[in-house]
Amino acid sequence: MAQEMGMFTVHHTIGNVLCCKCGISMQPNAANMCANCLRSEVDITEGLQKHVIICHCPECDSYLQPPRTWIKAQLESKELLSFCVKRLKNLNKVRLVQAEFIWTEPHSKRIKVKLKVQKEVLHGAILEQAYTVEYVIQDQMCESCTRVQANPDQWVAAVQLRQHVSHRRTFFYLEQLILKHDAAARAIMIKQMDQGIDMFFSNRSHAVKFVEFIGKVVPSRSRNDKQLVSHDPKSNNYNYKYTFSVEICPVCREDLICLPPKVANSLGNLGPLVICTKVSNNIALLDPFTLRNCFLDAEQYWRTSFKSLLSSRQLVEYIVLDIEAVSSEVNIGGSKYALADAQVARISDFGKNDIIFNVRTHLGHLLNPGDYALGYDLYATNSNDSELDKYRGFVLPDVILVKKSYEEKWQKKRGKPRSWKLKSLNMEIDDNVKGRDHEEKMNSEYEQFLRDLEENPDLRFNISLYRNKEYQPSEMASVTDGGDAPSVPLEELLADLDLSEEEADNDSMRE
Amino acid sequence: MAIDRSSKLPAILFFPISNGYYTLESELSEVIPVIKTSIGGTRIIGRLVAGNKNGLLLPHTTTDQELQHLRNSLPDKVVVQRIDERLSALGNCIACNDHVALTHTDLDKETEEMIADVLGVEVFRQTIAGNILVGSYCVFSNTGGLVHPHTSIEDLDELSTLLQVPLVAGTVNRGSEVIAAGLTVNDWTAFTGSDTTATELSVIESVFKLREAQPSAIVDEMRKSLIDNYV
Repeated sequence: MAQEMGMFTVHHTIGNVLCCKCGISMQPNAANMCANCLRSEVDITEGLQKHVIICHCPECDSYLQPPRTWIKAQLESKELLSFCVKRLKNLNKVRLVQAEFIWTEPHSKRIKVKLKVQKEVLHGAILEQAYTVEYVIQDQMCESCTRVQANPDQWVAAVQLRQHVSHRRTFFYLEQLILKHDAAARAIMIKQMDQGIDMFFSNRSHAVKFVEFIGKVVPSRSRNDKQLVSHDPKSNNYNYKYTFSVEICPVCREDLICLPPKVANSLGNLGPLVICTKVSNNIALLDPFTLRNCFLDAEQYWRTSFKSLLSSRQLVEYIVLDIEAVSSEVNIGGSKYALADAQVARISDFGKNDIIFNVRTHLGHLLNPGDYALGYDLYATNSNDSELDKYRGFVLPDVILVKKSYEEKWQKKRGKPRSWKLKSLNMEIDDNVKGRDHEEKMNSEYEQFLRDLEENPDLRFNISLYRNKEYQPSEMASVTDGGDAPSVPLEELLADLDLSEEEADNDSMRE
Repeated sequence: MAIDRSSKLPAILFFPISNGYYTLESELSEVIPVIKTSIGGTRIIGRLVAGNKNGLLLPHTTTDQELQHLRNSLPDKVVVQRIDERLSALGNCIACNDHVALTHTDLDKETEEMIADVLGVEVFRQTIAGNILVGSYCVFSNTGGLVHPHTSIEDLDELSTLLQVPLVAGTVNRGSEVIAAGLTVNDWTAFTGSDTTATELSVIESVFKLREAQPSAIVDEMRKSLIDNYV
């Protein structure tokens, strides 16, 4: 800078001095000693570890990071190098400049790492020195491998999730919630049972955590038991197996419920016929004739539990002949409803006889004459619900419409792949529930569940949908009219992270 | 420890505290007087005083008794002067032989004049390898000099032109660059710190030409001149 400004600067030539120890001519440095003498004078690797013993699990090829973490690493990999360097004590006293593997025969159970370190010595002279650390590998199986080797099915805590209903819709939904929140990451085994799922954990606390998670997403109640497996009275060690029994409330979305008089009274004479509109950690109930709604939390529900009068499997398809709005659209609990008087006929009757029902419905905003709707046919059902009998003189309506039906549209779409897909848990199927009938029933229920997802955005809210790579949008899709069956917008989909494929690509590139 | 850098009237000032004193006394007492003193009550002599064959400068902290003691001990030819300078460690601020002195750049004008008068030298304000404490980082006698090891070749040339003696960059006490802290020298002998290595000793001996300069040689030279005069 001084030269730029035209100032005169004296040129400095660094002279040589003699090394104070060996007398060799050298550039002056902070210690005024040549590098060789300095090295012989001080050893900066003194006090650094040169031999380290590391534990290695031969089963899963991982290394023990004390106290109990196991790190997966390949030989000569970056991960292994950083692990090896981290295992060295006192390395913070010097500055690590370089670290590299020296090749050793894999069967020799030795890893050699060459390290280059710097340290300040003698009045600020910085000395750099290379040295080799030898790691001796001791084989020791990690905890999980030991358990797998000893007994693959060894579990300590089991969670039995049950819902006493005839369908598995809740479990399909729950499966997605579990996947989204990674709640079953610690599970050793997941078994699909009749009316539920069994989850097995290696630790009681993992099971407790899972039960707590279930309690947060569905109204459930649980009890737990333990069985003594073995005990050692000398050291006061007890070895138990724990079982958690979790019962999910049998009321599902779209179920028709006849509230017990006690509950109806406590909810301000709601109903008594109500539709369950949503089940999260509490239950949303809606009276379709008055549009009154209320929420029941798990505690309130289990105080006086009730079952559904009719469930979604008993839905019957109707055609709407005429509709007359009674009130304008109102927003209740995040979703819109409008009271209307509808004239409907069963599809099965349509064109055969003249049975027509006049009914009040909460779907006035959705239904138009000519639409199809699903509803409960109370006119034709024989209900023997004890709660219903308690209401003397209560006149049942003939029909309660529950939702608009897109069956026609689905017919068109049949066989075409969806633009999205769901992940699924790796479940074992219990022997008792296997069978062809069962499989078919499961498939149709799963399909129904997927349709529900497409129809209800708030159902999708809590779960992750992934883009289906095989799906090719047809050109027809862009010109379809507005009355198309609901589908999931592209923005809601997540790109699936498929690591195995990427790794395969990398491998091929390396070759 | 300070030695008057003179071949004719050598004297040594020393505070008798360490074993080194006895070494010095045994080495020198037969040739030159060894004076025991303190400066301002402290035993740090060499860093506080500066002098040559013409005079001795003492810092303002020197007490009257010390001043009197030194005047009594030294020959009348040697002017002992106490100077009123803010920078009282004169040994660190002034490096001199019998003809030239290098001084700290911040010394007062009066002090500079005093140095020139009392020591009978030419005064140059200088730095050694960027260090202003010239007295600490260089030592030179009438025959040679040792300077800070980082001194560049250009600086060495300039300094040796000023001083008219050959200079060498070097170290004492096993690589220490504070030269004056580990070395005191006159025209025929030098004392270094005990850590000094053989290499450093050989550098010091060669640059100060200590091998050929023995007290007897000087006496011989004097005698020769005396004989010349007589004859």
